Amino acid sequence: MGDPVTDVTTQSTPVFPLPRTCPFAPPAEYDRLRATEPVARVPLPNGDWAWAVSRHEDVRSVLTDSRFSSDRTNPLFPRLVKGERVSTDAAPSLINMDPPEHGPARRAVVGEFTVKRMQAMRPRIQQIVDGCLDDLLAAPRPADLVRHVSLPVPSLVICELLGVSYADHDFFQSRTSLMIARATPHEERMQAFGELNDFLGTLVTAKEAAPGDDLLGRQILRQRETGEVDHAGLVSLAFLLLVAGHETTANMISLGTVLLLENPGQLDRLRRDPERTLPAVEELLRYCTIADLATSRVAVADVEVGGVLIRAGEGVLALGNAANRDPEVFAEPHEFDIDRGARHHVAFGYGIHQCLGQNLARLELQVVFDTLFRRFPGLRLAVPMAELPFKDDAFVYGLHEVPVTW
Amino acid sequence: MVSAGGVAMRLVADVTRCVGAGQCVLTDAAMFDQDDADGTVVLRVDTVPAAAQAAAAEAVALCPGQALALVPEERAP
Ligand code: HEM
Ligand code: SF4
Repeated sequence: MGDPVTDVTTQSTPVFPLPRTCPFAPPAEYDRLRATEPVARVPLPNGDWAWAVSRHEDVRSVLTDSRFSSDRTNPLFPRLVKGERVSTDAAPSLINMDPPEHGPARRAVVGEFTVKRMQAMRPRIQQIVDGCLDDLLAAPRPADLVRHVSLPVPSLVICELLGVSYADHDFFQSRTSLMIARATPHEERMQAFGELNDFLGTLVTAKEAAPGDDLLGRQILRQRETGEVDHAGLVSLAFLLLVAGHETTANMISLGTVLLLENPGQLDRLRRDPERTLPAVEELLRYCTIADLATSRVAVADVEVGGVLIRAGEGVLALGNAANRDPEVFAEPHEFDIDRGARHHVAFGYGIHQCLGQNLARLELQVVFDTLFRRFPGLRLAVPMAELPFKDDAFVYGLHEVPVTW
Repeated sequence: MVSAGGVAMRLVADVTRCVGAGQCVLTDAAMFDQDDADGTVVLRVDTVPAAAQAAAAEAVALCPGQALALVPEERAP
């Protein structure tokens, strides 16, 4: 990308993305960059480079500036995986849209995710969590938390949101988990992907014939008021909600459980006072920042960030996991403290793309942690933490498996 | 109502900037609500009660769309 202006390239900077120092600590390089070179040119796997932005203030300013584009079909968008193809034919999806298209598309669906509507889903989410914990309780010990809780809970919640009938829950749950699980062979993964796409297509067709009281049904009625139903658009929306909302929430359930088990004093305080769960969820989100690299952009005009000129066409990595450990904004940033009460983290991003499902995710995590630690007072890891399979090379950080016993 | 500093503050919202994230409602559901249809912010108060000034300022700072502002009462548009 661009001409190599070697004088600003840190020759010693390793290729991004960087591995974490330990499962719960960002790459050590992030602290160094933030302190010495908060807007730094860093090399990418395929020989390109991008600007890594590491201060909280600068990350926020990138994510609120419309001169930075989310169009991932732009050939200049930073590629984080070697050989990654640019899919220029993908249907436009909310997460890839820029203004002025993004606003109306987001407003058409964000009413489904208001704090009030999420609260109305709480009893149903509680039922789903109770059901999954029943399964965990019935499983031979040690049991895998990921398989019994982390993966099925968000998958079943998305069923609920989309209005997938009860009879199809098992199919939906098994295929979504296959798509994510590391053990799934490539062909089976592609098959699960195809089956889910067909399933969502059939689901949208069925909703068009009989729009129900669910997200898809309401989208259909709304679109009919102003014109034609955009079938392909609804299938891609359903898929986006699945892709953006399943693995992320699953990983937070797994990581959050491990982190709390590793901090028994704090877990004890949380168990005694359910009022603490929501603030604890915010701290877990900050501390884990699982989607550190989801907030990448490409400049479409020249912009100055933190005193550095970023030129049109250059890629930017707004590093959430660096921003969330910025000592200017979070006192003792590397301490995990459920009573910190800091909600200005950027674990859900910032600006117009800030996570659409954030209030759903908060609620799911709150219900899971409250219920899990109440029903399983003796819950513990069945292997030492160092032996847990962390997703070191995945785009979204998490755990493949968490063997637990009680 | 008057704040500790003596200046009454008013909340203003630019719904065209609102992205419906609901951070404001999470901060203080007595001051903020969201429209059922499009998720955008609905102010439930005009003048900010003195006791709620800190919460109002927090909501302004958290808002990802930069849609909220606190302005002194007399200079409000
Ligand atoms: C703890 C779990 C989650 C985390 C950490 C997370 C993180 C994020 C982040 C960082 C972004 C911003 C991406 C960007 O700026 O380009 C985002 C956007 C998004 N998320 Fe989430 N997410 C989570 C759960 C969910 C859930 C449950 C859903 C829906 C069911 C969801 C749906 C979306 C969508 C649709 C977007 C794109 C919004 C837009 O572009 O306007 N996410 N998420
Ligand atoms: S926090 Fe800001 S963007 Fe989110 S709903 Fe409130 S006003 Fe809108």
